[in-house]
Amino acid sequence: MDALIPLFIAIPLISAFLIMLLGKLVKEFHRFFAPLTLLSLLLMSIYAYVNLGSSSIQYTLGGWGMEKGIPVGIYMVLDGFSVLMLCIINLLGFIALFYSLSYMAKYTAQRNYYSLFCLIIAGMNGVVLSGDLFNICVFLEVSVIASYALVAFGVGKTELEASYRYQVLGSLGFMLILLAVGLIYWKTKTLNIADIRHVFENGYSKPFYIFVQVMLIAGFGLKAAIIPFHAWLPDAHSSAPSPISAMLSGVLIKAVGIYVLIRLFFNMFVFSQEIALVLTSLGAVSMVVGSLLAIVQWDVKRLLAYSSISQIGYVVMAMGMGILLLLKGNSEAAAILAIGGAIYHMINHAVFKGLLFMNAGAIEHRLDTRNLKEMGGLSKAMPVTSTTSFVASMSISGIPPFNGFFSKLIIIVAAINGRFYLLAALAILVSIITLAYFLKFQRFAFYNKPFGKALEKIREVPFPMSISMIVLATLCLAMSLLAIPSVSEQLLRPAIDVLMQSELYSTTIFGI
Amino acid sequence: MSIIVKQVTQLLAGIIFMFGIYIILHGHLTPGGGFAGGVIIAGAFILLILAYGSSALRLKKEVAGSSNTESVGILLVVVLALVAMLIGARVFFFNFLPKGNPGELLSAGVIPLYNIFIGIEVAGALLSIFLALIIFKEESSK
Amino acid sequence: MTVYLLCFVLFLVGLYGLITRRNLIKIIISKAITEFSVFLFLVLIGYIDQGQAPIVNPGSVDQVYVDPLPQAMVLTAIVIGLATTAMLMAIAIRLFRKYKTFDIREIKNLRG
Repeated sequence: MDALIPLFIAIPLISAFLIMLLGKLVKEFHRFFAPLTLLSLLLMSIYAYVNLGSSSIQYTLGGWGMEKGIPVGIYMVLDGFSVLMLCIINLLGFIALFYSLSYMAKYTAQRNYYSLFCLIIAGMNGVVLSGDLFNICVFLEVSVIASYALVAFGVGKTELEASYRYQVLGSLGFMLILLAVGLIYWKTKTLNIADIRHVFENGYSKPFYIFVQVMLIAGFGLKAAIIPFHAWLPDAHSSAPSPISAMLSGVLIKAVGIYVLIRLFFNMFVFSQEIALVLTSLGAVSMVVGSLLAIVQWDVKRLLAYSSISQIGYVVMAMGMGILLLLKGNSEAAAILAIGGAIYHMINHAVFKGLLFMNAGAIEHRLDTRNLKEMGGLSKAMPVTSTTSFVASMSISGIPPFNGFFSKLIIIVAAINGRFYLLAALAILVSIITLAYFLKFQRFAFYNKPFGKALEKIREVPFPMSISMIVLATLCLAMSLLAIPSVSEQLLRPAIDVLMQSELYSTTIFGI
Repeated sequence: MSIIVKQVTQLLAGIIFMFGIYIILHGHLTPGGGFAGGVIIAGAFILLILAYGSSALRLKKEVAGSSNTESVGILLVVVLALVAMLIGARVFFFNFLPKGNPGELLSAGVIPLYNIFIGIEVAGALLSIFLALIIFKEESSK
Repeated sequence: MTVYLLCFVLFLVGLYGLITRRNLIKIIISKAITEFSVFLFLVLIGYIDQGQAPIVNPGSVDQVYVDPLPQAMVLTAIVIGLATTAMLMAIAIRLFRKYKTFDIREIKNLRG
């Protein structure tokens, strides 16, 4: 199992450049090599998830272990939280790749597309697996640069402008992160996450600590699109090709934004009250503002992009609540609920937001329009799209028995148990607003009177696209089983434990 | 460009190329290494393109060559790192060749090989970037 | 201490340019200035008094070297900065071909 860990990064890297090299010699090489790569990654991640249990494995690159009690090597850590993120990244990557086998048929230069797609997956796997602060920055930039190119893939006016705006703000985020990493290195003289925690446990100066944490929140907030750093997200996610929108909204903002925030704030920094309040309030504001901005949109993918901002707000708010509850000291059960709810909502959102973007792509593939006022009556012409879209909309609005209901319920119960009544009320209100605009999407796209007269010529989308949507819709139903306590004990509890017992992370690395 | 530039570039391009190779090969002894040497090698080619103009050099075929070089470079790096998983201590990126005396050219195990492959890759990548921007200019001026 | 403050001033200069300039290319140059200020800061962190460059010459003992780890970080970060600048340049050239202007106030197709 040890040897699997670097393979998660090496395999997509090799396949990306093999596709570039051999794609000219062998026709259609990319169409079976890229899905083969991602299928093998998916099987490896499921194998790792099943065999890991609640232990954690670390792997040192080059065999450089500890010298005189100081970790000098580059560590890669696979623990409960990382393996969950790996499963979601590779699963959604495989399904989006399968979807794009027929969606990208009308674009040229497909060889470049599949190569860049494998690079995004390689970068995200690297971020999730690294136990070293600077390695996170490097792999983050690898995946984000590939996504800049993919957003601008169909080189029209709106795509280029969206990509330019995305790139400038993304670079600003990277520079803030690098500045914060430099400041941390200055004070602690080390880059290993576990070692930094050791140093911070022995004392730190408060103004420096708050400054570094705020800079990290700003930098990773620019990558994860929390309000007020969200300005690039609606343009970028609506102008990208639909499978790339599904990957961006589904896993990229989580793997390079929210995952790193959770990892650093739970396992590296000692908890502090002010930063937890900042995180909770930013999450609550994102929730409300994102959903209010989504109601007025008439472009389908822009509506879905603003709804992404709102749902990420749920995750960040639940995370902040978890830290506040752990600081209070006497409400451990509520803290477990809050953190578990955040992780559960994160993986749920990947599944149903990916499905929603694939539906929007299917509609665009057949109708060539993204404007809600120009669609209508599609439920008879495109039955698979319509049914899966209904399932996804009910999931994201929190209607039982789909998975969104359970994750939002866990977050609201955690808020009430921890006496954050205002946050619980806001969560319920935003859930109702989400239901409102998703009913608007359903009505105007599928159940209205048909717009124009060309409805008879519209058939269902090709097989790869429809099978991807059906698989994700079944996952929406299947993942609601994770709310049953006995199931979640087995599947989600390792992730929650790794975050709650933050000293365990550093002692495992140090082998004490 | 004037004839002075063209003549001097003809004389200098080979020397710059050799200087880049020197920087790459001595990467474990002096500052520099794979990346800096690769940039200098790409600089030699870019100097030729700037001096003689893109029309005289028939550039469409060049793009394919530099792109392939870059891909081959990265594949060699990752394959070498993976080969290290089969020999010796069985870790990724392990240094498995014999390490000689520090200070000599043939020492430090597998590090000079990494420098050479990274140098190839960076030279190919920078040349591809430059050619991509030049081809844009050509297509827009037609 | 003044050296670090000057690095921060350079960061603010780059940030000012990023926010207020209208030309696409000037935005790219401002981003590059901001990046270089962060790299300067990282390299200056590793300085140790009376330290030599971290190259081991055979036959020298008891030598104080400056910290080589920030230098390795900056080398990697320079490569990343090069890649992002190249991508921005390519997008800017394509934008010019579509809109026939470099002025960012004209390029406002996406609203809301």
